[in-house]
Amino acid sequence: MDFSQIVPALPDLWEGMKLTLELLVMAVVGGIALGTVLALLRLSSNPLLSGFAKGYVNIFRSVPLLLVIIWFYLAVPMLLNWITGDFVPVGAFASCLVAFMMFEAAYYCEIVRAGIQSISRGQVNAAYALGMTYGQAMRLVILPQAFRKMMPLLLQQSIILFQDTSLVYAVGLMDFLSSARSRGDILGLPHEFLLFAGAVYFMVSFFASQMVKRLQKRLAV
Amino acid sequence: MSEMISIQNVSKWYGEFQVLTDCTTSVAKGEVVVVCGPSGSGKSTLIKCVNALEPFQKGEIIVNGTSVGNPKTNLPKLRSQVGMVFQHFELFPHLTITENLAIAQIKVLGRGRDEAEAKGLALLERVGLKAHAHKHPGQLSGGQQQRVAIARALAMDPICMLFDEPTSALDPEMINEVLDVMTELAQEGMTMMCVTHEMGFARRVADRVIFMDRGHIVEDCHKDAFFGSPRSERAQQFLSKILQH
Amino acid sequence: MNYNWDWNIFFKSTGIGDEIYLDWFISGLGWTIALALAAWAIALVIGGLLGVMRTLPNKWLSGLATAYVELFRNVPLLVQLFIWYFVVPDYLPEQTQVWFKQELNPMVSAYISVTLCLGLFTAARVCEQVRTGIQALPKGQANAAMAVGFTLPQVYRHVLLPQAFRVVIPPLTSEFLNVFKNSSVASLIGLMELLAQAKQTAEFSANIFEAFTLATLIYFTLNMSIMKFMGWVEKRVRIPGLMVEGGK
Repeated sequence: MDFSQIVPALPDLWEGMKLTLELLVMAVVGGIALGTVLALLRLSSNPLLSGFAKGYVNIFRSVPLLLVIIWFYLAVPMLLNWITGDFVPVGAFASCLVAFMMFEAAYYCEIVRAGIQSISRGQVNAAYALGMTYGQAMRLVILPQAFRKMMPLLLQQSIILFQDTSLVYAVGLMDFLSSARSRGDILGLPHEFLLFAGAVYFMVSFFASQMVKRLQKRLAV
Repeated sequence: MSEMISIQNVSKWYGEFQVLTDCTTSVAKGEVVVVCGPSGSGKSTLIKCVNALEPFQKGEIIVNGTSVGNPKTNLPKLRSQVGMVFQHFELFPHLTITENLAIAQIKVLGRGRDEAEAKGLALLERVGLKAHAHKHPGQLSGGQQQRVAIARALAMDPICMLFDEPTSALDPEMINEVLDVMTELAQEGMTMMCVTHEMGFARRVADRVIFMDRGHIVEDCHKDAFFGSPRSERAQQFLSKILQH
Repeated sequence: MNYNWDWNIFFKSTGIGDEIYLDWFISGLGWTIALALAAWAIALVIGGLLGVMRTLPNKWLSGLATAYVELFRNVPLLVQLFIWYFVVPDYLPEQTQVWFKQELNPMVSAYISVTLCLGLFTAARVCEQVRTGIQALPKGQANAAMAVGFTLPQVYRHVLLPQAFRVVIPPLTSEFLNVFKNSSVASLIGLMELLAQAKQTAEFSANIFEAFTLATLIYFTLNMSIMKFMGWVEKRVRIPGLMVEGGK
């Protein structure tokens, strides 16, 4: 085992990590936004809207993320082609981002829904009694409280997502894992680079989960 | 006297179960009406129907000339004119006291932040809690929270106030501080509809008393008549139970 | 561009032998199920043991189990799979190495790697569910069992585990479903399970939407059937009068 070659390769690996983090941040933000919309639909009294959200969540939660990534990679360029009638190069990054956002939204939806339901009916009534509309009551009263309660779970899910971004290997995107593998192959040190990548993923996830645990304890008081 | 709240033949069902049966009464401008009755008698449901927090299936409720049940009514606007105080205070725990008082003034009435906060502070002083303005609701006692909740409702310049068991979640030693604020309000001429078990308050402050039982309005009369000689047997039993303590 | 919708594609010849595309899906589903069941068996045994270890008073044993969980939970599944498939075989004794890399059918060696990987990965998650289940039992149960003279192993065998086992059925069901979904990473080291077959069909026939729709439907149906089945199991083993709030 020869780990000495890793240091000179760090700038390259950092490029890969940047792509991983970019994908992560955008997928988390987009996923939570879409998940929140889905949660609101799910809780709507309109059976069509809540049925749609329920179906969405059920389908995405029952298929592998990898399937969604590959499907979108193959299908998104085609769909755009139909819509615009013209060939639009989307690239693996965009199709992966859409796949992650849509897939994670199903998981975030369930977290947000539980968070909203944990806020008492009285708070909604109080907001309405002050003359707030549904939108105002959600935005100013319910969601700020719900998000505070859900924060640890949302972060936990995002740590899982951080690990899952490595699946973009399937469509050839140069994320952290892929760039470590390609460096390792070029230098003839595949084992070392793979183990190093594993160690980095471990440290980031481990420390992030420790932070979440601490946050959880603080919120519990 | 002109009518502020008029409730006509209101009935309400939860599925098969009827919670309100043909309720009719009214509250005149400047009048203080106490609604009492055993638990499960529908009194809280009735008061929540007045600002449409609960829908009802039959009858009509008119608040200051506006029909509550009419689907065309702008409910947020109507509710912003009707103050409501809840059993469990329902201050917004993620906001400070000042923000609790200001938020609806700003977002619903469109007042400026400075104006809203100044108004909130003035009302806070009135209920004797100015020193707590920067705190969060969780840092106050139940009685203090309920006084803030009253101030929050008053900040909207309501044309009338609804109280839904404002003292029943409070420790006994805190009940009076809340009742004092309510009494003061009544003496200033505020129109009030109060669901409460505080018969002392009813006797001192109310003009009329409504007694409900199993979704019916059983008695609706001047307070002297109610306390002097309630006509129904149910009201007599209720009074003798509650007044013995 | 024109897309040729063709839902009959699954009954058409793949051009390889006399196979139709549906055969590919059936064989893929077979591998997926074989992977998931074997990995689940490993996960249950090791995860169950680790879960018990985490609740033991012995600091060393519970610390060891905790370390295992942290390690396997914080490294991406794909990295773990690459390690099992590319790194570990190089450190086997020479004879085994030759057997694993050369003599064995490549499908089978991939199968062994994925099963081991997925089993050990899932064991960490099973461990956490079992620990939570045991710790959720009232403290008085362990005390009462000790008071009648049980040894610690007996306390677990006769009192704690039979109760915890029932509590953890719903969370374990969702872990079981995860094993099926996670087994799709096997496609990335060349094992022709369901996802790999769907991808191959999409590439061979250019009927991307049909191929992936069928794969989605199969995963969805698998999910639903397992949930129904586990719901039935849960009902069968429920103790009358206990866990009322958990029951539907």
